[in-house]
Amino acid sequence: MPAPGMGNLFEQEPFPQAAHRELGNTQMRKNLRHATHTIRDKRLRVVGELPDWEQLRDAGSAIKNSSMINLEERLLEFEKNFTARGGVVHWARDADEANKIVTDLIKETGSTEVVKVKSMATQEIGLNEHLETQGIEAFETDLAELIVQLGHDKPSHILVPAIHKNRTEVRDIFLKEMPVVDPDLTDEPARLAEAARKHLRKKFLAAKVAISGANFALADTGTLGVVESEGNGRMCLTLPETLITVMGIEKVLPKWEDIEVFMQLLPRSSTGERMNPYTSLWTGVSEDDGPQNVHIVLLDNGRSRVLADKFGRSALNCIRCSACMNVCPVYERTGGHAYGSTYPGPIGAILSPLMTGIEAEDNGSLPYASSLCGACYEACPVKINIPEILVHLRGDDVDANRGKRKIPTQMDLLMKGGSWALGKGKNIGLLEKALPLGRLAAGKSKKIKKLPGIAAGWTQSRDIPAPPNKSFRDWWSDEKESK
Amino acid sequence: MRIALFATCIVDAMYPETAKSTVKILERLGHEVIFPKAQACCGQMHMNSGYMPEALPVVENHINAFDTDDYDVAVAPSGSCVASVKHQHPYLAERLGKPELKERAVAVGKRTYELSQLLVDVLGITDAAKQLGSYFPETITYHPSCHGMRSLQLGDRQLDLLKTVGGITVNELPEADQCCGFGGTFSIKNADVSSAMLEDKVKNICSTGASACSGGDASCLMHIGGGLSRTGAKPKTLHLADILASTMEETVKL
Repeated sequence: MPAPGMGNLFEQEPFPQAAHRELGNTQMRKNLRHATHTIRDKRLRVVGELPDWEQLRDAGSAIKNSSMINLEERLLEFEKNFTARGGVVHWARDADEANKIVTDLIKETGSTEVVKVKSMATQEIGLNEHLETQGIEAFETDLAELIVQLGHDKPSHILVPAIHKNRTEVRDIFLKEMPVVDPDLTDEPARLAEAARKHLRKKFLAAKVAISGANFALADTGTLGVVESEGNGRMCLTLPETLITVMGIEKVLPKWEDIEVFMQLLPRSSTGERMNPYTSLWTGVSEDDGPQNVHIVLLDNGRSRVLADKFGRSALNCIRCSACMNVCPVYERTGGHAYGSTYPGPIGAILSPLMTGIEAEDNGSLPYASSLCGACYEACPVKINIPEILVHLRGDDVDANRGKRKIPTQMDLLMKGGSWALGKGKNIGLLEKALPLGRLAAGKSKKIKKLPGIAAGWTQSRDIPAPPNKSFRDWWSDEKESK
Repeated sequence: MRIALFATCIVDAMYPETAKSTVKILERLGHEVIFPKAQACCGQMHMNSGYMPEALPVVENHINAFDTDDYDVAVAPSGSCVASVKHQHPYLAERLGKPELKERAVAVGKRTYELSQLLVDVLGITDAAKQLGSYFPETITYHPSCHGMRSLQLGDRQLDLLKTVGGITVNELPEADQCCGFGGTFSIKNADVSSAMLEDKVKNICSTGASACSGGDASCLMHIGGGLSRTGAKPKTLHLADILASTMEETVKL
């Protein structure tokens, strides 16, 4: 089995416990309900404009699958072409290796400050925290990332990292944390953007090194691409002398023309826009223009492990659009922090345990964080069957715990008993003879209001109706067969 | 046609009237209904809880009960159980390395229909009042259960059938496509999130002014009904089959 992923991929407490706490944060729930519902509606509107949306999803899924089948070949092809254009390729097995490579590259330049364009991969490996221990300060330049960084907070969404904060909360963070800021700053979006622009512009002009992620790499040309909204990414990608990109190995696409499909799928699925404002593409070094030292760190960190799981590998198709979390009824109520990992929501609930292994920390509790309603699968632009993989991982979790416990849990006993009871028509028939007893227990109100043990989870908010006197099975025998 | 009824365990044990309604509707159309008595459950509870080896006897039992030449098509008054038969049974067989079982699972799945699927796609029902004699003089609203809506792609089949019932008024449910929060053992494992989802569903149902919420899955209706009952809300829950079986002569009471 390939090396497991490490870094910020872990749920640190059982999900139900984290969810319980987050559910109590009414301001966060209000912000999140508003934000997710707004994005949902926008997405539906722009997706509805395309008559071939389903075919585009099929194409996206097929291109990704074809990349994964020959991933090694595609990566080597990319390496060859990226190197031929003056770029330098580095390979990182895990978070530690990637952090070390990036640190060494920065140290070689003599810089102690770097600017960053938003990148999930560097969040995943905890690059900022690592750089801090090495005396290097990293400045996030994506507006939402900046809010999170200034607020000493954690991202709670992969596209809108500060989705859990509203405008007033953002203003308060700016007033408290920005070194130079207008004390009369209001929470109008234009004023907030202006404050951020003034704060960031100085950094862009001074920075010698930038760190980016990448939305895709094209194997046949050796090109990298970043898709963004603000233009701050483009500043990072063009102004500094050294550009270091950290990218998961699954982001490689076979051909230049594959962008055609993903540039239709990604903006619509993520921000609900037909086209995003800034798309930057670069191929190695351009003479006398832009960064002259161009590096890429190709990051595994558990991805080969995901690839090895035939039921789970399509999780690597993810293009980090965040449509699944925007439509998820669980994410909408708990927010992203409840998932612990850099990757929250439905995709995180499968990706984190797939990358780290189901037994790592509390990642085994993540696949249960879903009612299996399927809204995520329906929204996914590359057709990852998230509900099916969630169920598959629950199977892995139960199997991993088998024999570990001396005393079986109530759930173990329920399932064992259920296996017998529901394994034969005559067994369930036998148990159904006891239905009148249940009816008796329900009493006059014909409701069961309190159950013991794990079933108390049900009766905390729901009654159970009194069972009937006779099962359908018995009615059939009595009424249909005897006649 | 000779139609095998897959009653589903929850309907068999908790809502026998819904299975009887299903039989009534099909017999009214002149079909013969059989009930393969070896059947018990689709095994969804086990699989969705991650207990795969424990699910195997349940799934095998279902396949053995329905892998026969004794009927033309099988029908269940549940989108969720049919989705499990169609999608989860082949997955389980593959996971546990049983290719023969997988083949049989796929064959059974192909012949298994959710009630509205059978009525609309196979039996050509477009007007419940005219073709089934359905009559139900109440104001209802309708919750499309997730597995029917998304795994089986039922579209408006259930809703369209309900709208053509005689005497009925169907009020639209706000945020109808949102899950009620049941999710099987999700409702006890993640009881807090599940309850928060149910709370919104109950609020939306009450906002319609309907006296009942209908749907195609007894399990979701038990969940929603349990929430309505706990909050003391007026609306009841009633399965699609029970409304379709209701007639002028024998009108179902709420």
